[in-house]
Amino acid sequence: MNKFLKINLFIYFILTATCNALAAEKVEYLKTDWSFKGLFGKFDRGSLQRGYQVYTEVCSSCHSMKYLSYRNLTEKGGPEFTEDQAKAIAASFEVTDGPNADGEMFKRPGKLSDKFVMPYENVKAAQAANGGAYPPDMSVLAKARGGGVDYIYSLLQGYEDPPMGITLDEGVYYNKFMYGNKIKMSNQLSDGLVEYADGTVSTVEQMSKDVTTFLMWAAEPHLEARHRMGFKAIVYLIILTTLVYFSMKRIWSRIETEV
Amino acid sequence: MSEEYTPKSKFGKWFNDRLPLLSLANHLTDYPTPKNLNYWWTFGGILTFCLITQIVTGLVLAMHYIAHADMAFDSVEHIMRDVNYGWLIRYIHANGASMFFLAVYIHIFRSLFYGSYKAPREIIWIIGIIIYLLMMAAAFMGYVLPWGQMSFWGATVITNLFSAIPLVGEGIVTWLWGGYSVDNPTLTRFFTLHYLIPFLILGLVVLHIWALHVPGNNNPVGIDIKKPSKDTVPFHPYIVIKDGFALLMFMIVFAFFVFYTPNILGHADNYIEANPLVTPAHIVPEWYLLPFYAILRSVPDKLLGVVAMLSAIFILAALPWLDTSKIRSAVFRPLYRQFYWILVADVLILGYVGAMPAEGLYLLIARIATAYYFLHFLVILPILGYKEKTLPVPLSITDPILGGSPNLATARNKESLSNK
Repeated sequence: MNKFLKINLFIYFILTATCNALAAEKVEYLKTDWSFKGLFGKFDRGSLQRGYQVYTEVCSSCHSMKYLSYRNLTEKGGPEFTEDQAKAIAASFEVTDGPNADGEMFKRPGKLSDKFVMPYENVKAAQAANGGAYPPDMSVLAKARGGGVDYIYSLLQGYEDPPMGITLDEGVYYNKFMYGNKIKMSNQLSDGLVEYADGTVSTVEQMSKDVTTFLMWAAEPHLEARHRMGFKAIVYLIILTTLVYFSMKRIWSRIETEV
Repeated sequence: MSEEYTPKSKFGKWFNDRLPLLSLANHLTDYPTPKNLNYWWTFGGILTFCLITQIVTGLVLAMHYIAHADMAFDSVEHIMRDVNYGWLIRYIHANGASMFFLAVYIHIFRSLFYGSYKAPREIIWIIGIIIYLLMMAAAFMGYVLPWGQMSFWGATVITNLFSAIPLVGEGIVTWLWGGYSVDNPTLTRFFTLHYLIPFLILGLVVLHIWALHVPGNNNPVGIDIKKPSKDTVPFHPYIVIKDGFALLMFMIVFAFFVFYTPNILGHADNYIEANPLVTPAHIVPEWYLLPFYAILRSVPDKLLGVVAMLSAIFILAALPWLDTSKIRSAVFRPLYRQFYWILVADVLILGYVGAMPAEGLYLLIARIATAYYFLHFLVILPILGYKEKTLPVPLSITDPILGGSPNLATARNKESLSNK
């Protein structure tokens, strides 16, 4: 029986390997060390704050983040801006509120409880301003792409001149990591584009890493709590399992059968 | 049920005469169980745990979820961000579905190996197949609820299958959708049914266990045992603690998925809100439906594809009559054992090609694997029952192990069991 199982598994793996090889047009994404991966993975606070800066100064002119509120910026496990900092950030945006007692909509400075202000009124307006392409909402973007953070990190650095024989339409750019290689977003990052408050040198690589970290947090704001709880839960389960194992041995020792 | 049981206390006796709950509890704890059940037998308990977990987490999610095409995706994000431990409850529910199917596949393949579907257990088996069908329905509808791209397009592809029915097909699809495309009415009815089906499953699980308690458990040796006897142990504490231990092991795997890779079993596209104007490059169902998806796509004709896919499931219900062998356990069926493992590989291959685009080599493999799947049940199993030279089966569980019986099967039996 064992022999046949092995032969079968062998055939299975050979087949899957062949199929994988045949399907192998996959691009290798650029790799970097993500602080939030692994059993104890946590976000790098500095990177999150810098990432927020890149998002606001670069991305947010086209990309919304409709599920985030300014209060999230102060929450534990996030960029952890102080409340005053976050209030100042919120107040720097103009929010449309209302209707007031006269039935009029009015503008006021943002508050912590406001959602991130959207760059466009609606999807149509966003498309009209971007040559027909809708800049996707970035709230869960890091989970909404195959390849996740590695893909986004690579994409931001993947712009290059198109190879010979490929002609691009007006407003279309070549990116070696994009599906189909054609992307309607132009290269947004260049060295020194953002002046980091903490003095970090803003290379394209650094900014890509920071903004991607920020996007991961935006998509999974409770990631740190999840990792912490997961470790405790699994340690607890392992201890309990061990205890139950010995109880089981003890109970079954009353009859002469191996468990 | 044990009629001889009488509660000790006066009130207990008074109550039990009117509603024999205590007799039932006594039956459940004393239930004589074969003592040689291996760990493959612990998945029944694990499945009960999965069902309860899905119902409890689902109940909490339903308190926060909004079944509306414009708000469903937002409400899921609300659960993930702002509901206290909403992320935990949703990840348990989403991964719980996968764990449920993992357990049910092990449970089904255990039955296939040890011939648990054979007389006198056909009704248990058929109820099990109905439960499995309902599970697939519940899982499919549940996947639609977050209203992401895969939700929407998966729902479109699967409901469109009904259009293959001649004459009335189109009408049925419109009726299912509650409109001319998958839209808000589809979402609300899927939500309603997704809430209903688990309770149907729960009812069937009660019948499944009831039907099991009539003939008692099958066992790795696959022989009828006298109960209670030296071949059996009372369910409590022996099986309870063993099931508990196995459940805890299972929960460690479960916890790993929930806490460390909660999205690995899902599709990234489902974090993009449903958009009827944009079709994803590859529409793939969840992993546990992939073998059937592969069968569906391997047939060039739409109607025949649907027929093939449904037959692949319903053929299982006929298994007690397709398998003509009198011997239950594969331990004593050297040929069946080999075909069993080929079938396992075949289903894994179907699952793999189901996730790949239906073209070229993948399509060819899918067709061969589909043909073999039906060949196994319709040709190999019936013939095998007549042709196979089976090994001698021991008369009891205890005798070959304790008595040093001259039965040749003994050594083999023990060896096979330890290999498992």
